Amino acid sequence: MLRIGKLPISTFAFLIIIFPWVAHQIPGIEHYTDVMVFAGIYSLITIGLSLLMGYAGQISVGHAAFYGIGAYVSGILTARYGLNPWICMLAGISVAGAVALIVGAPCLKLKGHYLAMATLAFGIIIFIVFNEEAEWTGGPDGMSGIPGLSIFGFDFDSVEKYFYLVWGFVFAAFVFSVNIIQSGAGRALRAIHSSETAANAMGVNVSGYKVLVFVYSAVLASLAGSLYAHYLNFINPATFDLFFSIKLLIMIALGGMHNLWGAVIGAGIITFLNYEWLHYFEEFEVIVYGAILLVVVIFFPDGLAGIPDMLKKRLGKH
Amino acid sequence: METITPAGQLFQYLITGITVGSIYAMVAVGFNIIYNVTEIINFAQGEFVMLGGLVMVSLHVGMGLPLIAAFPATMIIVTLVGMLLDRLAISPIRRPTVLSLIIATIAASILLKGTAMFIWGKDPYDLPAFSGRNPITFLGAVIQPQYFWVIGFLIITVIVLTLFFEKTILGKAMSACADNPDAASLVGINVKQMILLSFALSAAIGAVAGIVVTPISLMEYDRGAMLAVKGFGAAVLGGLGSFPGAVIGGLILGAIESLGAGLISSGYKDAFALIVLMFVLFYKPSGIFGDIEVSKIKRF
Amino acid sequence: MNDTSNENILEVDKVVMAFGGLMALFKPDFSVQRGIIKAIIGPNGAGKTTLFNVITGFFSPTEGTVRFKGQPISSLKTHEIADRGISRTFQTIELFGNMSVLENVMLGCHTRVRASFMAAGFCLPGARRKEKEIQERAMKILRFIGLADKCNDPADSLPLGEQKILEIGRALASEPELVCLDEPAAGLNETETHVASSLIKAINAKGVTVLLVEHDMKVVMNVSDEIVVLNYGQKIAEGPPKEIRNNPKVIEAYLGGDT
Repeated sequence: MLRIGKLPISTFAFLIIIFPWVAHQIPGIEHYTDVMVFAGIYSLITIGLSLLMGYAGQISVGHAAFYGIGAYVSGILTARYGLNPWICMLAGISVAGAVALIVGAPCLKLKGHYLAMATLAFGIIIFIVFNEEAEWTGGPDGMSGIPGLSIFGFDFDSVEKYFYLVWGFVFAAFVFSVNIIQSGAGRALRAIHSSETAANAMGVNVSGYKVLVFVYSAVLASLAGSLYAHYLNFINPATFDLFFSIKLLIMIALGGMHNLWGAVIGAGIITFLNYEWLHYFEEFEVIVYGAILLVVVIFFPDGLAGIPDMLKKRLGKH
Repeated sequence: METITPAGQLFQYLITGITVGSIYAMVAVGFNIIYNVTEIINFAQGEFVMLGGLVMVSLHVGMGLPLIAAFPATMIIVTLVGMLLDRLAISPIRRPTVLSLIIATIAASILLKGTAMFIWGKDPYDLPAFSGRNPITFLGAVIQPQYFWVIGFLIITVIVLTLFFEKTILGKAMSACADNPDAASLVGINVKQMILLSFALSAAIGAVAGIVVTPISLMEYDRGAMLAVKGFGAAVLGGLGSFPGAVIGGLILGAIESLGAGLISSGYKDAFALIVLMFVLFYKPSGIFGDIEVSKIKRF
Repeated sequence: MNDTSNENILEVDKVVMAFGGLMALFKPDFSVQRGIIKAIIGPNGAGKTTLFNVITGFFSPTEGTVRFKGQPISSLKTHEIADRGISRTFQTIELFGNMSVLENVMLGCHTRVRASFMAAGFCLPGARRKEKEIQERAMKILRFIGLADKCNDPADSLPLGEQKILEIGRALASEPELVCLDEPAAGLNETETHVASSLIKAINAKGVTVLLVEHDMKVVMNVSDEIVVLNYGQKIAEGPPKEIRNNPKVIEAYLGGDT
């Protein structure tokens, strides 16, 4: 479960590469490539959250804030100041990383419920800032005119091109995170989850690692936010509200937060529910999300990615 | 017309703040009841308040039940919802960890919110004030009669609960569960039932808060989350688990919010309480009256 | 560095640890010579585990200092003290239950082979080589403590006795100069106790100084070179086992207590 080999990663990469082509062949799902762009954007966030929550065991119910910081820094600097989008993306990452450092250091001294509430409050405060600082953010109506992305004259101006860009980032983040998990740093994170006391006594800088992984997850969320802003060319605060933070929680709980695959699977499923399969429910989709979360936490505490292990255990018993 | 003096204005903010703060205090008391028995923080606590308001609207305004009948009927309905929450979301969890319990109560919270939207839609609802809406002018501030009901119910709630937990066997049994669940079950206390009872009690108090505040601030389906976070802020400010602390924490938080919105920025009204919450968590998580040594021993 | 002369590796200097009004430690004074096994004994509540927590930085003492190799360490953080070369086990087992036996020991190597987040993420060759090195070192330790064949089992699936042994193994992985063992024999049966005793001696034979808290007097008398006796947070006696056994103050403390 912890070893993620080269074969599955290559298979995964291959499936992603052929996805737009396959979607194009099957009538009725051509637009799935567009949905997959969002699945990729959310995967970037959930990969970071998986490290933070699943591996290091630190809960956050406020990551919509970092997602929003990335989107707004990119949006404001490009649309209002005409800066190069890639530089703005880096600026967004720096701001999100700095905020994560400042907020994370005191937050992560807290545990469990206190940490959850602190991150929740942080998320709502940032959401209020997006709404209130209308001079910068355009307020509740949002801001438009955010340019698309291009590099060396190559424009990411079609859904397919943006798909490959986003999933390229996802792939990089995935491999980077797998490498961390399979190194001493990943072991230290899991040790912190298991026993902070013992980890400390074994020389692990517990608070340092916690803040580090928090910053890492914030940076990935910010990157996702920038990609989102440049894809839609428009952002408004409602995208970055408390419910989005909860949706992120649903994604990693559904996929299985102790497993990086789970992060991607959960993000994928929830994205498709969000954009495709729950249209019928309109606004009442929130009930479906609540039900999913409850079923997962009661019956599949390790998420979908934990089901193979669960089955193995069941079969092994009989 | 009298002119509004700065002092009168300030007094007005304070009165409003104390009223809103009473609601936060009641939410905080609800948090404390469940926390004291289970050490769980119920993120769905605010939904009880929302339900209390909306169920009351349906019974009192919609079906025309008199106040005196609709009030207890609403409490009973919301109490049942609270018990259902425990039976469907909390007690079935086989490997309860802090994280899974947080997720379960968050799931319950959005389920309740979605169901409320399904039943009542998205519009805010009003409820007639218990004793009319002829305001009293006092020291330059305008005071709604409903304010007295809010504060009165807070006082009654706290007194009844304190007596319950300190004087009755059932109340003492409930407290024993949190101190040491294993020992409690050894001496024959049914821990599961005590947890169920704590959810019931906590929901009932949430309902009261919702019923008394709706005539002042209306009620709609999505108010729960904010009420929960602010109520938690009040609970932490006064020291998690303490009833007098919850009251003082709620009143201080309400006053800060009202003064902040009036004097600094109304747009950031909701942010003030949350900023206070974060600062308390960062610098004195045991609360303003709390003992740091004790809070270190706490499991969460 | 590695001279085995009469140098004191650890000095506990009038340490006071107060919790509110409760004095858990009141100015015990003693030192540990490099290379010996020193036991700390005393009735329940004498302050032994508190002393360990002060030495390893979990508590910072209200007064007094602890010196390690001549340097004061009382103001350092726990993980910094571990870095300097003090390792420990816990009275209530604190293994990483969800990790394998091998991973537990590998985590113990954390201080010696530092893993950088960035280097790991980019999978630099250095990071990979380090990882291999750690694994080999951990296996060597597992062979030394006799758990090599269980290296892939989850740590919490081991029986209690082996969990205790594994904790010692994890503590050794950081190549400490001083290792503090908190009741290594508690809850063990006779055979397991015997294994633990020989392990402690074997560790010491490798040149590691051992500080031991233990209730089992057979173990204490068998392995230790010197004994410190605490009662109510104060030192009441110190010396070789033979002297301690016949010390009237010690006998009184134990008889007057609950034993």
